[in-house]
Amino acid sequence: MSKIIEGLLYSESHEWVKVDGNIAIIGVSDFAQAEMGDIVYIDLPSEGDEFNAGDDFGALESVKASSELYSPVGGTVVAVNNELEDSPEKVNEDPYTAWIIKVEMDDKKELDSLLNAAAYAEIAK
Amino acid sequence: MSDTIKTTCLHDKHVKLGAKMSPFAGFDMPIQYSSITEEHNAVRKNVGVFDVSHMGEIFVSGKDALKYVNHVFTNDVTNLEEGKILYGMMCYPDGGVVDDLLVYKEFEDDHFLFVVNAANIDKDYRWMLENAEGFDVVIDNQSEVWGQLAIQGPASEDEVISLLGLEDSEAEEEIRNLKFYTFADAEDDKGNRVIISRTGYTGEDGYEIYATPQNINYLWDELMADGVAPCGLGCRDTLRFEAGLPLYGDELSAEISPVMAGLSMFCKLDKEEFIGKEALSAQKTDGAPRKLVGIELHDVAIPRAGYPVELEDGTQVGTVTTGYHSISLDKSICFALVDSAYSALGTALWVRVRKKSFPGEVVKKRFYQTNYKK
Repeated sequence: MSKIIEGLLYSESHEWVKVDGNIAIIGVSDFAQAEMGDIVYIDLPSEGDEFNAGDDFGALESVKASSELYSPVGGTVVAVNNELEDSPEKVNEDPYTAWIIKVEMDDKKELDSLLNAAAYAEIAK
Repeated sequence: MSDTIKTTCLHDKHVKLGAKMSPFAGFDMPIQYSSITEEHNAVRKNVGVFDVSHMGEIFVSGKDALKYVNHVFTNDVTNLEEGKILYGMMCYPDGGVVDDLLVYKEFEDDHFLFVVNAANIDKDYRWMLENAEGFDVVIDNQSEVWGQLAIQGPASEDEVISLLGLEDSEAEEEIRNLKFYTFADAEDDKGNRVIISRTGYTGEDGYEIYATPQNINYLWDELMADGVAPCGLGCRDTLRFEAGLPLYGDELSAEISPVMAGLSMFCKLDKEEFIGKEALSAQKTDGAPRKLVGIELHDVAIPRAGYPVELEDGTQVGTVTTGYHSISLDKSICFALVDSAYSALGTALWVRVRKKSFPGEVVKKRFYQTNYKK
């Protein structure tokens, strides 16, 4: 059973969102990292990049395959967890601490279409 | 692919070990048990075991067996001694590949064993029957009654001696002294045949053991009890790729000939005849339009199968067939099929990874220095 944290929001493409005022902190779920296996590289965006909800903003690369990351909300990237460039395995070790980007949201209403922990538990299995 | 998925004789054991299972070549196979990286390193540094019971075993015998094998197989078995093995292909008349395979010369006149890819067993068997007209041969597909283990890595020799209980026996020296691409026969106490072959698909020293499903189960349990790492198809691919070995479907196919794949040394074009000889000779003389190359990227971006290979101006000149961030070499490398004009060592080529192209250059396909028992 993969770990799902109460109080976070989730996308159907297995990203999690932690809301801090107008900022969305984005990572990938425990289910996603377990499905990927050993993550060896993360293709990260740059600060200042702008995305619409659903755009791909980077990719996780395991030994076997690459998997695109989709932004659950639209906005501007205000921080990137560059530590993951050298230590991508942190996403495997603790996916809910290893955030990937922080986005200043254009429209907080987009959060309404995301899943809560109970709803996400239904698809993450 | 058929509707019902097949399983190997060890399927229940993989599931109990918690392996990540996935369909491959029509079989439900273990992709990884712990992690691809750990399993890969177990084989490179120590020893690991693969269930390769999905592979096919087709026996050829009869008065015309030698002539027939030389007709359907690209390599030359004329002087192949008993107990020796040759790698090669079966080709279509146009030079495309039906399958790549090993041919074992059995310890009996006019007897050969073909070991073929799981995905191609039915196709190969049909092809072999269709092309047997006029030859006095018996072609016997025994793929379903043989299991197979691959025990691979620098510690495999000692492991196999202990596994088979050969310490201080006459057979110990025989098995230790087997050279790469040779094999020995053994029997269990009920008279069932066991084939012990110094072969593999990892670039390391190793053995492959063919036996009844019951014996394969027994040997697997012994290996697990001895702490040998179970290894899945995930690392089988990373290992064979680093060693520069092709995978049928990726680097060889009905469209990718052995000449294109750089494997013409396994096609004896001076042989009297074999299916595909004329087409392969012409490709060899005129030059194949596309060639398989190795590319090393000067960046950490990871090339994957299907990604475009480009020139600096973005013109596509090829396609990646297999790519990884190599576990043993810590580099981003790939095999790619490219226009022959861009296949020389050192040629600068770019690989498009998602939205960006990353520079690299053509390098030798054997990325990793292999360690076979010569």
